[in-house]
Amino acid sequence: MSTTPFPAGPIQRCEGRAVVVAGDDIDTDRIIPARYLKCVTFDDLAAGVFADDRRERAGEHPFDRPEHQGASLLVVNRNFGCGSSREHAPQALMRWGIRAVIGESFAEIFFGNCLALGLPCLTADHDTVLALQAAIAADPSAVLQLDLEPATVRFSAGGKARQWPLTLAEGPGRMLVSGEWNGTAQLVAHDSELRATAARLPYLSGFAAA
Amino acid sequence: MSAGTLYDKVWEQHRVADLPGGATQLFIGLHLIHEVTSPQAFAALDDLGLSVRHPERTVATVDHIVPTTSQARPFADPLAEEMLATLEGNCARHGITLHGLGSGRQGIVHVIAPELGLTQPGMTVACGDSHTSTHGAFGAIAFGIGTSQVRDVLASQSLAMGKLKVRRIWVEGALQTGVYAKDLVLHVIRRLGVKGGVGYAYEFAGPAIEALSMEERMTLCNMAIEGGARCGYVNPDAVTFAYLKGRPHAPAGDAWERAVAWWSALASGPEAVFDDEVVFDAAAIAPTVTWGITPGQGIGVDETVPTLEQTEADERPLTEEAYRYMDLRPGTPIEGVPVDVCFIGSCTNGRLSDLRAAAAVARGRHVAAGIKAFVVPGSEQVAAAAEAEGLDAVFRAAGFEWREPGCSMCLAMNPDRLEGRQISASSSNRNFKGRQGSATGRTLLMSPAMVVAAAVSGHVADVRRLITAPTTPDPATTRA
Ligand code: SF4
Repeated sequence: MSTTPFPAGPIQRCEGRAVVVAGDDIDTDRIIPARYLKCVTFDDLAAGVFADDRRERAGEHPFDRPEHQGASLLVVNRNFGCGSSREHAPQALMRWGIRAVIGESFAEIFFGNCLALGLPCLTADHDTVLALQAAIAADPSAVLQLDLEPATVRFSAGGKARQWPLTLAEGPGRMLVSGEWNGTAQLVAHDSELRATAARLPYLSGFAAA
Repeated sequence: MSAGTLYDKVWEQHRVADLPGGATQLFIGLHLIHEVTSPQAFAALDDLGLSVRHPERTVATVDHIVPTTSQARPFADPLAEEMLATLEGNCARHGITLHGLGSGRQGIVHVIAPELGLTQPGMTVACGDSHTSTHGAFGAIAFGIGTSQVRDVLASQSLAMGKLKVRRIWVEGALQTGVYAKDLVLHVIRRLGVKGGVGYAYEFAGPAIEALSMEERMTLCNMAIEGGARCGYVNPDAVTFAYLKGRPHAPAGDAWERAVAWWSALASGPEAVFDDEVVFDAAAIAPTVTWGITPGQGIGVDETVPTLEQTEADERPLTEEAYRYMDLRPGTPIEGVPVDVCFIGSCTNGRLSDLRAAAAVARGRHVAAGIKAFVVPGSEQVAAAAEAEGLDAVFRAAGFEWREPGCSMCLAMNPDRLEGRQISASSSNRNFKGRQGSATGRTLLMSPAMVVAAAVSGHVADVRRLITAPTTPDPATTRA
């Protein structure tokens, strides 16, 4: 498991070995089963990541395979992270060591949770993801280089490099690259705007007569 | 697009600022919290040295981890006890109202906020729980958020959000007797898929939707997220206003008229533009049961488990995974599949009208031998109202256990769970692998009345055959 610190500030690039978790519609109950949610901090979540799938596959799950230990990029398929809104899911992935995810598509709440933690989720079309997954399977020791601007992933093995384009929506991309992905301070700073909005919502004053 | 829709109007009313990243800062009118997704948010707030900006706009309850047999403190499970104690401490420290156990107002967060009149049309509602879409039944824009966003709402009463597109789901006709809002939404998800709603808010409209009671609308919107739509809503109308009138937090006196005027003006008008539109016929929907491992893997109770040929090519790997996990073969009729556990409850179907519909089928019948069956009311108010009508006695006489309110066997965070390969007939909302607490346990989703039909038959059964006289739909405004 990784001891890399959680990200802070601008996120431009992520480098490392990759791990593939194949399949569509992998829900957050599978990423972190509910029993691991009985906690008041996120500190110990690495142990629960994919816990039931890993037990079922008895050492053969990609997160248990020796060649993937220390991997920092996760490559998935469609609708990854659907279901429960639990932020424990990206927290568990990050505590295991994941620092970026590439997939065909992501569930919205999951994508937003990842963004708020500085975990970039980039997309690529079906064929690109399959090609990338095949390349990783062929050489799990290869180091991938993922860039956010422009969004690309570079795969180098045996002196040869391949590069694929990725997609990252403009807003989230800008937030990650500028370091403004953890935006609490920004929201709080809009004090007068918050007051103005509150003042025009009639239910906040119990629909008092104007 | 989406101009003139309720979604668009509510969005504009709550827009605080445009953020540099391209997102909108959106004011949150009602923030609901519970014990699972809030402790880390409060800790993060402390780390940042921030306080809660509008403690009066956040309301807390406890639901996921509470036992449904004995709710005496301290709980037998020390982790559950620690989570509740942490919530109590955070609420006390920040001046947040907590509807705790025994208060008469505790229950599943998505059950209590509507019944207290906290959820109102035109609000933005956020909660660290994906089924927050439930509150859209009132014409609110309601969505689930993660813990970092819970922190943001506590700190600023606002969130950074991207605007969704709006798909109108127009439902013609009327539901048959024995077919409920649960069947309708399982049918919609079956047709549009579990990913179909990603990027969309679902506006449910049309004659069949207008005919639904508020509780049925909550069931419908509750599962919008299972179709990938982060929020679902129904435009507010006379049914909505009748439900709200007189509730503890609803406007009263002169303010009531002003509220109704504001709410009415927010509904999508005839000029509304939708990004997409889909039409369904309610009369064509049968009681629907899931056979697989996503809520989209549903079929009519009179159908058979689909073959690979009947499945879209890109869904086939998932279909094969579902055959293996569920141990069901393609072509098997779903009716007749034996069940071990029957669960009635959850934020989808744990309200008074759900219990009434279930009790109507249970009355005069008995749970089949070897089946464990239990009913978990969605809140203390639901429990009290059901007991006042004698529904608890009907269930007990039929061999069901009658429990204390909570999330119970919807997910595995309290003592209620499946064991080993057990298969449940469940009125909850998720049939994911392991969802109900056993890594190999299996879940068949269906309406509460269908759960009773399964319980008394010992296997999946068509509730329409057990309902003799057509029942008149209950307006179900849950007033006991
Ligand atoms: S009943 Fe189930 S879905 Fe609803 S809030 Fe509780 S755990 Fe979540």
